[in-house]
Amino acid sequence: MSYLARRLLTFPLVMLGVSILVFVAIRMVPGDAITAMLGTEAGLLTSAQRAALAAYFGIDQPILVQYWKWLLGVFQGDLGISVTHGKPVLSIILERFPLTLQLALMSMCVALAVGLPAGIFAATRNEKLSDLGVRIFAMIGQSTPNFVVGLLLIYALSAGFGVLPTMGEFTPFLTDPLRNLGQMILPAVTLGFAFAASVTRISRSAMLDVLSDDYVRTARSKGVPKMSVIWRHALPNALIPVVTLSGVEFGYLLGGAVLVEQIYALPGLGRLVLEAILQRDYALVQGCVLFIAFNFLVVNLLVDLLYVTLDPRIRLGEGG
Amino acid sequence: MSMLRAIFSHPSGRIGGTIVVIYVVVAMLGMFGITPHNPLQQYRIDRLHAPSMVYWMGTDLFGRDVASRLMKGVGQSFLVGVSAVALASIAGTVLGLTAAWFGKAWDGIVMRVMDVLLAFPAILLALLIIAVAGPGTWTSVAAIAIVYMPIFTRVVRGPALSIKSREFVDAARTFGSSRRYILTHHLLLNLVAPLTVQVTLALAWSLLTEAGLSFLGLGTQPPSSSLGLMLADSRNLMETAPWLLIFPAITIMISILGFNLLGDALRDILDPKTRSRTA
Amino acid sequence: MTSLLSVSNLRVGFGRDPARNEIVKGVSFDLAAGETLAIVGESGSGKSVTALSINRLVDFGGGRIIGGSIKLTRADESILDITLAKEPMLEKIRGSEIGMIFQEPMTSLNPVLSIGTQIEESFRLHRGLTGRQAIAAAKDALDRVRIPDAARRLKYAPNQLSGGMLQRVMIATALACNPRLLIADEPTTALDVTVQAQIMALLGELKRETGMAMIFITHDIGLVAGIADKVMVMQAGQAVEQGALGEVLDRPQHPYTQHLLSAVPHFESGRAARTDFTRKEKETPALDVEGLVVRFKVKGGFFSRAQGSVHAVENVSFKLMPGETLAIVGESGSGKSTTARAILGLVRPTRGSFATHMGSIADATDPSVQMVFQNPYASLNPRLRVDSILAEPVIAGGGRVTAETREKMKALLKRVGLPEDSLDRYPHQFSGGQRQRLCIARALMLNPSVVVLDEAVSALDVSVQAKVLELLVDLQKEFGLAYLFVSHDMAVVERIAHRIAVLYAGQIVEIGDAASILSNPQHSYTKRLISAVPSIDRRNQRFEIDTRQVPSLVRPPGYEPPEAQWREFGPDHRARAEA
Repeated sequence: MSYLARRLLTFPLVMLGVSILVFVAIRMVPGDAITAMLGTEAGLLTSAQRAALAAYFGIDQPILVQYWKWLLGVFQGDLGISVTHGKPVLSIILERFPLTLQLALMSMCVALAVGLPAGIFAATRNEKLSDLGVRIFAMIGQSTPNFVVGLLLIYALSAGFGVLPTMGEFTPFLTDPLRNLGQMILPAVTLGFAFAASVTRISRSAMLDVLSDDYVRTARSKGVPKMSVIWRHALPNALIPVVTLSGVEFGYLLGGAVLVEQIYALPGLGRLVLEAILQRDYALVQGCVLFIAFNFLVVNLLVDLLYVTLDPRIRLGEGG
Repeated sequence: MSMLRAIFSHPSGRIGGTIVVIYVVVAMLGMFGITPHNPLQQYRIDRLHAPSMVYWMGTDLFGRDVASRLMKGVGQSFLVGVSAVALASIAGTVLGLTAAWFGKAWDGIVMRVMDVLLAFPAILLALLIIAVAGPGTWTSVAAIAIVYMPIFTRVVRGPALSIKSREFVDAARTFGSSRRYILTHHLLLNLVAPLTVQVTLALAWSLLTEAGLSFLGLGTQPPSSSLGLMLADSRNLMETAPWLLIFPAITIMISILGFNLLGDALRDILDPKTRSRTA
Repeated sequence: MTSLLSVSNLRVGFGRDPARNEIVKGVSFDLAAGETLAIVGESGSGKSVTALSINRLVDFGGGRIIGGSIKLTRADESILDITLAKEPMLEKIRGSEIGMIFQEPMTSLNPVLSIGTQIEESFRLHRGLTGRQAIAAAKDALDRVRIPDAARRLKYAPNQLSGGMLQRVMIATALACNPRLLIADEPTTALDVTVQAQIMALLGELKRETGMAMIFITHDIGLVAGIADKVMVMQAGQAVEQGALGEVLDRPQHPYTQHLLSAVPHFESGRAARTDFTRKEKETPALDVEGLVVRFKVKGGFFSRAQGSVHAVENVSFKLMPGETLAIVGESGSGKSTTARAILGLVRPTRGSFATHMGSIADATDPSVQMVFQNPYASLNPRLRVDSILAEPVIAGGGRVTAETREKMKALLKRVGLPEDSLDRYPHQFSGGQRQRLCIARALMLNPSVVVLDEAVSALDVSVQAKVLELLVDLQKEFGLAYLFVSHDMAVVERIAHRIAVLYAGQIVEIGDAASILSNPQHSYTKRLISAVPSIDRRNQRFEIDTRQVPSLVRPPGYEPPEAQWREFGPDHRARAEA
């Protein structure tokens, strides 16, 4: 079976596993299901009201039936109702998602724009001073949590230049692109910082590996000029691990958004999860987690597709 | 002994090793309460005192000594990190090793479950676990351990599979060596190197995550001190009392850097393929 | 004849302090246009470094030329000292005036680019060809190396071609711009013997067609005879002897050359076969293999249905007598290693039975059959000490490690020629040859009657090979061991085998007395295999280029091969009848 077919087959399987895990996790909240669903307000209910609600939500049915009904609902876009917002979970998520997606994409751009050139530059100057500089940057970048980066950035800006990042009302990109970008650039740099460091490290080491491969020696023996060796022969091979990393790190970006949105007071999906957890709005937690995991899996699938176009060894379904 | 010498003759091993040693000493002091001041004592007349001979790193809004709280916090995050990594590495190693050895259905089940766990962005899975179990120190340990376990499983399974097909394992089978002997003497013994590296890197990662969780108010709960909480408290005071931000921030950065550097050095030392490059 | 290349007193070092870590220590030679120089040496002799210095690729591997000169006469008659040339000049020369091919064709082509793109590149760089012209030129280049169906193959990715085909692609690339010098660095070492013979024949023909000069690096002095005009023998960074081919091969002056020529096994068409054993058919065999069949299911399609089986070993039977060596020879994919692994229980046979004098072997392991593996670096656990390694078979057999066991370890180590203090050391402290001796000692710990040697000397340097073979023969006589010796190397087989079984596509095609088979092969495959073996004797024979492929071993489900018909060619020599 080809690599691609196998990937397409495991996708729904893993997604199913994710849904079970999320469903079961929320059922494991201490206290009964009504509390889980309604949060703290459940304490005000009478036992008759509880029973009525249980029947209404189908909680009195066996757990498998409950799961099946819930799953059917999920397929129809019904992620339940948020108690704190009084709206369907999906509509709240879709309201908040564009911001987080924009943040993740911008961070990714920042990371790739900084990390790739830095990594390649360092690899071609192995063991020289500039290489050392790049490696130190990458090491520090990887060791600094993004909320620390964010706090230090805010402090440096306010202490050094007396500027405070625009914390005011968030402006969607389509309303006022310039104002939006002005608000988003710092968060994007904050979130992309560690990612840039890992891209640097991975592209450096991948490039170093590839440059010592036999086919690079062959290219040189043909008289291929240095720049062409790097860009034409080495880079396509070195990009393969960078692409893998980007897929994995995209999930990290979605997760990291929780902290960064918190620091910059951005009303994105990450902040929504956090609020939902703090307010014990379990339907919302469940919906958000499921939604983010789904997106993460889709991105990884896309990365695999990209992989296949990059590497004929996978495309042709043979072992390398 | 020769391992220590190798670490300290490696440039990043020397720096990383030193940081880690200092970190562990500070963590131990903090854990056992050997601090300059009582970290919970509120010196009300000295609120927001700048760093001085008495308060090395200043005091916070309640007049508590930052240096003492920092040491206590380091001890706290070290405790969380070590427990979480111990759990994750033992569980991950057992799962990865058995998955590689028995293959077939067991391998399939283990790896699909790991795929499911890896389908969540790490911090999100940790948040989900905390949402269910409620915030707290031991919930953080469990959350970090569960999130990191799949990584150990993969780190063990890959090399275990390749060692399993090495000729010395074939040789062992031709003698009729027992399964237990092969698993312990051939597989596990050769996995010590990648595991050591991974444990160090996992410690760095768990420090990072623990700080993040407490920063969000979902890890260690006040009045216990933790680096993440201290940073969260500093947010509104950073202009008037920057020491509240700077010292914990630098402590987090340097300690994670130390474990990362040590991990890199160990990888170089233990993996002959990369050793030739740096030598 | 004018000199094309003149190397004098070349010195190359590596690392931070190249002067202290000298690998090539003052090598000089001259090469005229159209001439072929063979550089012969064992690993670490500096032969490859010398070759890589000529087009200065050595710079990229961390090497530095620290002395001497390499003077190349260019096409326009000007003379260039390559040691002093700058990188842009070198880029112009590489590919257009000096082409190079390497040892590992599988890894020497870029996996993400089609082979057409990689051949075209040379034309684009040095000839300025673009578009259709470049594609047409690439197709011609593939035609020139006799790759059938060239136009279609241009679009292939490297992983779609076999090693032999890839080496032809490499040659096509290297010769694209008709360089006047081709450097071939062990170009056939990674290939099967018959493929090697074809590549050698191809190189010979191309040399005649283009009139290029060639530097041919090899560890196999037997290979030199068919292609070289001049030979240079290297040892530890120095050229110990050089001269015309006949001079060096027939009247070697330096002791090292004499050693290479005498101590190293050369194929002698059965004249060097062993005669120290007479087979008594009545005796109980040490190992009796009857109708061994090994098939691996091929799964495919969306639901992993079995689509057929790889018939890796098909109905293999033989009897191995005590004190006898049976060599199983064949090329990669012939099923020879699978046969060995099935006997040891590492692969589950589909059918067939084995019996030793202890009784039939079912699933359990039989201590009377032991194995020595090909790669001495992979067959010893790097994290165990030698005493633990030697103790393992004893522990596995349920025994305890006693003082007596330790005495036995010491005695065996001494017997295989290892120092007394070896017990407390780790495998990485031994050389390849010593490790293989360790493996032999380990195999003897349980007093086996049969030792299976799977390519046991193939990974060793040639002169080490000879010594290990000698040890094996001595041990066989001393302990009355029966050997099942699996190998692809006919020269080695000739030195150790009493009988030979030739395996082709999973089946025995010829079996019998070693001298008889080697001197008078009957099956067409055996003939092809033997004529492909490079030898000093037959240096002037031509080998025909043959583009036949090994037949596919994948068969539909339920396929059973027809019953074999055998023809007898002597008291102990029979071959499978061919259609």
